[in-house]
Amino acid sequence: MAQDIFERIKQQVDADRVVLYMKGTPSLPQCGFSNVAAEILNRIGVEYKTYDVLQDPSLREGIKQFSSWPTIPQLYVDGEFVGGCDIMRSMYESGELEQLINPD
Amino acid sequence: MEASRLQAMIRKAIPDAEVEAVDLQGGDHFDVVVVSDRFRGASLVDRHRMVYAALGDAMQGPVHALTIRAWTPAERDERVGG
Repeated sequence: MAQDIFERIKQQVDADRVVLYMKGTPSLPQCGFSNVAAEILNRIGVEYKTYDVLQDPSLREGIKQFSSWPTIPQLYVDGEFVGGCDIMRSMYESGELEQLINPD
Repeated sequence: MEASRLQAMIRKAIPDAEVEAVDLQGGDHFDVVVVSDRFRGASLVDRHRMVYAALGDAMQGPVHALTIRAWTPAERDERVGG
């Protein structure tokens, strides 16, 4: 059972360059932290894929195990875990996040 | 869960840390600032993982949301003005 969800997540993070696991959707976020995360990506202006963990309890638990990270939202870039909202905010402010997503 | 308990748990796992924990709302949403020399050279993800590890099971239930700032003493001085 755990194997299936891990397989699914692996496929998800490999299928798109920028993947955000969040509560709700970018147009209808269900949590302040998820809202901030989506907003940051909107400002960077990159195309990104989101998964609403509120729609899928096995994904909601699975992503925490997969990333060894206890909270949502979670950002993956090029298949690598980048961090949650605080890390995204810190990296956005320093310019690191944009550099990671849109390297020159 | 109380802020002081969070503080104690983090101090126990990261003994040299200066920790401030603030309860933002209703006892399950906290803001923590952790300043420790142990963060030097560690990525943000690794720093946050250290804090999450310190809180262990608290993350499964009592702590619903957590804002973390994890700084080295030098970084804290830069921001706050040493």
